[in-house]
Amino acid sequence: MKHTISILVENKFGVLARVAGLFSARGYNIDSLTVSETQDKTISRMTVVVNAEDEKILEQIKKQLNKLIDIITIVDYTKKEYIERELVFIKIAADKNTLPFIKKVVDKAAKSSSASGLACARFLEKKSDSVIVELVDDQERIKNFLSELKDLKVIEVVRSGRIAIAK
Amino acid sequence: MAIMTGAQILIESLLKEGVEVMFGYPGGVVLPIFDVLYDSKLKFILTRHEQGAAHAADGYARVTGKVGVCLSTSGPGATNLVTGIANAYMDSIPMVAITGQVKTFLIGNDAFQESDVTGITRSITKHNYLVKDVTELAKTIREAFYIASTGRPGPVVIDLPVDVQQARTEFIWPKTVEIRSYQPTLEGHAGQIKKAAKLIERSTRPVIYVGGGIITSGASGELMAMAEKIQSPVTMTFMGLGSFPMTHPLCLGMLGMHGTAYANHAIMGSDLILAVGARFDDRVTGRIDAFAPRAKIIHVDIDPTSISKNIRVDVPIVGDAKKVLSEIFRFIRKSPDTGKWLYTVEKWKQDHPLFYKRDEKLRPQYVIEQIYEATNGEAVIATEVGQNQMWSCQWYKHSIPRHWISSGGLGTMGFGFPAAIGAQVGAPGKIVFDIAGDGSIQMNIQELSTAVNNKLPVKIAILNNGYLGMVRQWQELFYKKRYSSTPLKNPDFVKLAEAYGAKGIRIAKKEDVAAAIKEAIATPNVVVMDFVVEPEENVYPMVPAGEALNRMMDGMA
Ligand SMILES: Cc1ncc(C[n+]2csc(CCOP(=O)(O)OP(=O)(O)O)c2C)c(N)n1
Ligand SMILES: [Mg+2]
Repeated sequence: MKHTISILVENKFGVLARVAGLFSARGYNIDSLTVSETQDKTISRMTVVVNAEDEKILEQIKKQLNKLIDIITIVDYTKKEYIERELVFIKIAADKNTLPFIKKVVDKAAKSSSASGLACARFLEKKSDSVIVELVDDQERIKNFLSELKDLKVIEVVRSGRIAIAK
Repeated sequence: MAIMTGAQILIESLLKEGVEVMFGYPGGVVLPIFDVLYDSKLKFILTRHEQGAAHAADGYARVTGKVGVCLSTSGPGATNLVTGIANAYMDSIPMVAITGQVKTFLIGNDAFQESDVTGITRSITKHNYLVKDVTELAKTIREAFYIASTGRPGPVVIDLPVDVQQARTEFIWPKTVEIRSYQPTLEGHAGQIKKAAKLIERSTRPVIYVGGGIITSGASGELMAMAEKIQSPVTMTFMGLGSFPMTHPLCLGMLGMHGTAYANHAIMGSDLILAVGARFDDRVTGRIDAFAPRAKIIHVDIDPTSISKNIRVDVPIVGDAKKVLSEIFRFIRKSPDTGKWLYTVEKWKQDHPLFYKRDEKLRPQYVIEQIYEATNGEAVIATEVGQNQMWSCQWYKHSIPRHWISSGGLGTMGFGFPAAIGAQVGAPGKIVFDIAGDGSIQMNIQELSTAVNNKLPVKIAILNNGYLGMVRQWQELFYKKRYSSTPLKNPDFVKLAEAYGAKGIRIAKKEDVAAAIKEAIATPNVVVMDFVVEPEENVYPMVPAGEALNRMMDGMA
């Protein structure tokens, strides 16, 4: 099961290595990881998404994270009410023939809204042979969006990793 | 205003922390520190290897309860400390290790004698620091000592670049330490404590199972009060030896792989286990799904990660052993009726005593019994690793906290002797023994120089079986006696001792043992006793790895 874990840490060098070390020491792969400052400059937030093969091991990792001196608090959102988003940039080869289709997909995404609220989808750049699309959405709809484009030539997908906030 | 260099601030801060002695070894990037030490009142003990310094600091900490401090240069000096740091980490020993580092601007450039010390030690320290700004130094040292010595103790590394040692700033010693992200839980949860008391009242076959947490929190008195109040037998882990006197009628000795048969039977037959400051290590539990099948488990530990890690627990209580034990004690209204249970346990004690063959041969167990007799059970006992260590658990009746100095979690050969040196520094009036194997003693034998030169009269008792005995035992039992790389061709330990300026005695006959030990104790110098013991003696009882605790081999066949 996927877990989204939010960790508040001291904004110091070395902390990321400590956190990552606890996962890597067990051969755990981190699905996504974002780090940035919070409203308090001395504190950073890490949002980690991991796939727990064994819930007991994840429980132990969480306890050990808590034990790290530079970690202030840790919250596992998995069983809580929370909002989750990821920012995706997609560069797609486009010409006169394919552009209308891409537009349709982007417009549809921009108008549709899910249980977790309205998404954001728009063009950031249009060139004669390619376009860059920005999408901010939840995991399910990012997946759907990308699958709608599967017959086109997708040049590059850049994903920010998930961030989450409790309701 | 006191303007000082980083090196001066370091030593001044150590003095403020109450540090009296430091163990270590000099080198290029710690010259500024050694220059300050030259006329400081802080005592410095030069070992002959940095590993020796780390173990000595560890032994000092175990015997005094204070933070042990060691110092090395960068690169090879720091990597030589690594085993000692890992050892302290596994056994939760408070230690501050200071390593020199190359100049700040050279870090990451593969400079001469550079190594990434914070990277290397990240997973074997409670915390570590790289100090890049001299104004942070005093605060960092204050924090390091606080972290090392509170909660579940452990080693903290401070990596200190040479230019920071030379930089100047005003020395301001922080009045208090506060770390928002580090607040160990000391008080147990009140509801859980009441629940624990209820379970104890209702039990009829309780066992108290304790570990190093009792020693760390100084809870021996509370443990004794609890055991006597509820009339429960007590068993200890390796790290818990000394927390409850082995001479007490309720004492079952050590449990686990080489524990007593009666401790293991008692655990397996119990209906309640009160576990305090112990972590259900695999050497203790044996096959985990067969462990204590009918027992409810109360688990008290200061470290939340220890609880429910290996075993399902009915009443987890995070807190300090001393506090929680006395709280539970307060809530027990009526003591359980354990008369029948104690009778059963006593029967196990009679039927399955610790055993070795008492013939005319010089057997290692006999040597340890004689050391016990000669020291009245009051000596500080350090050990190496292997059979010598397990026999020392079994045959010396440990009865005083902080008198047992042995590498538990890491099982580090070569730990015992330097740790004994550190223990002797911390307890100058005590008799300190290192019960050693002929293999292990050679891993840090160079420290004979340190002991002799500093007049630290440690007594080394080598149980010389001519083998890496513990490994040989496994080869005998599980690998058809194919003794691959375990026979040892040893140097003449008596001559070796003499070359270092110590006294050497060789003992090959049983009847000479007592006199030799007496002579060693009476000698004001370091003494190496080379006991030529039965080569293929085994440690029994033994629970083979991965078997249930009551599937013991008793070696009597
Ligand atoms: C540094 C290190 N290397 C290897 C081992 C594995 N090991 C455990 S016990 C042992 C044999 C120890 O031999 P000796 O010191 O002669 O003690 P004995 O078992 O014979 O009493 C070995 C090699 C270890 N524990 N530590
Ligand atoms: Mg040996």
